[in-house]
Amino acid sequence: MPPRALFDTQLKHVQDELILIGSMVEKAIRRSIESLRARDVELARRIVEDDDDIDERYLALREFCIDSIATQQPAAGDLRTLVTGMHVAAELERMGDYAEGIAKISIRMGGEPPLKPLIDIPRMAELAIGMLHRSLTSLTEKDDRMARQVWHDDDEVDQLYDQVFRELLTFMFQNPRNIQRATWLLWVAHNLERIGDRATNIAEQVIYLTTGRTPARDERWPDVGEPPTPAPANGPAPR
Amino acid sequence: MIDLRVRERPDLRPTAAAAASNGQTDIVLMARGLSFWYGDTQVLDGIEIDVPGRQVTAIIGPSGCGKSTFLRCFNRMNELVPGTRVEGAVVFGGRQINDRAVDPVEVRRRIGMVFQKPNPFPKSIYDNVAYGPRVNGFRGSMDDIVESSLRRAALWNEVKDDLKKSGLALSGGQQQRLCIARALAVEPDVLLMDEPCSALDPIATTRIEDLIRELCEQLTIVIVTHNMQQAARVSDRTAFFTVTDAGCGILVEHSETQKLFTSPADERTEAYITGRFG
Repeated sequence: MPPRALFDTQLKHVQDELILIGSMVEKAIRRSIESLRARDVELARRIVEDDDDIDERYLALREFCIDSIATQQPAAGDLRTLVTGMHVAAELERMGDYAEGIAKISIRMGGEPPLKPLIDIPRMAELAIGMLHRSLTSLTEKDDRMARQVWHDDDEVDQLYDQVFRELLTFMFQNPRNIQRATWLLWVAHNLERIGDRATNIAEQVIYLTTGRTPARDERWPDVGEPPTPAPANGPAPR
Repeated sequence: MIDLRVRERPDLRPTAAAAASNGQTDIVLMARGLSFWYGDTQVLDGIEIDVPGRQVTAIIGPSGCGKSTFLRCFNRMNELVPGTRVEGAVVFGGRQINDRAVDPVEVRRRIGMVFQKPNPFPKSIYDNVAYGPRVNGFRGSMDDIVESSLRRAALWNEVKDDLKKSGLALSGGQQQRLCIARALAVEPDVLLMDEPCSALDPIATTRIEDLIRELCEQLTIVIVTHNMQQAARVSDRTAFFTVTDAGCGILVEHSETQKLFTSPADERTEAYITGRFG
């Protein structure tokens, strides 16, 4: 038996769980946008219920990592794997909450007529899901170049968010009756933008995992200068 | 500065990497191209290391990598073993000390040592501590130096009412602190510790580790330990030694402890500290 075979099994379990939780979150995001587009309240309720599974898996994985740190006294790459695992799991759990938030907006919107056809929001969702997917792939492949690319992808999500924000603002100016429905969609867009941010956090963890150092902020935007800052005052996002 | 004979050797300055990583910290001890033999058997090969002052430097590595031998090169304790040979330079305070013309007793006064097994003399606690100052011709208040040494070794409060008791009557942890007090009594600049806690229980170990952190505010400490967690807990910098297939000890990596234990530069270090060595 090679040295630390049991511990190696534990480290692999952490990675497997992260991939599993990541796939559950990805599914939740897709279904939340589908529930919005199809006005499917039943589907939205199932997403809210299923978020409990994500939360439970996150808590179990966190406990597992803490136990491993306490009992195995990991160092170097092993330590970074476990610490990164806890961070990434927390990011995934929050992403699941954002998907749940979108589902709750679907439930709130219920039978209200749609404000406008959904075009940019599904595009944002696809981009955010792509970022999530690539951030987890960079994690499993320990590919810090791929992780850095995820940072750049976030610019596109932010730009779309800015675009959606301005468009919805226009709807609000046009007719105060639009304000509530526009605000709901703004929350959805905000949640998707936050999912993109969480994916960049995962990418940052991958860079720490592979290089042992957390990248400085000015490394983050080497080609685009300052990060885009749409930052609309749209109130708290629903959980 | 002690008066040690100087023999010119090439480039005895601290390495650029050490100077950069230590900021303004002075380098107190240096090894340059240090190799060592027991008879025909080479046990150390070309060790280059800078030890910054008033910090704790830990030396870790597998059995047989020569870390204790290396430690003993710092105060010429290896010379006491017949048939040994050393090449290269050990520099202390800007002077080469592994030169036969240098007085080894003076070197050992400035660079004290604490061993794996507590080894108090079969004398009273007081005489154990006073021994070094006496043989060095100390003329001041012996009571003061005994008390201050015992205080610095965090033993005073436990023994102050019974200084005439034999040092051998103390517990293992107390005996080790007595040995530290004995070493401190001659006011060394550097304290070498060769697995000082390996014979102690966890509580006594914690006390020694706390003491090491207190003492490094006043002097430089180099500690050899098998316990990687101990190295991580007490040291500012850590050096990892390994052993070649030919059985010779080499230095693989020397860096800040935090860096070495979270992201070592060399895969051999990674394999050792993660328990996948061999």
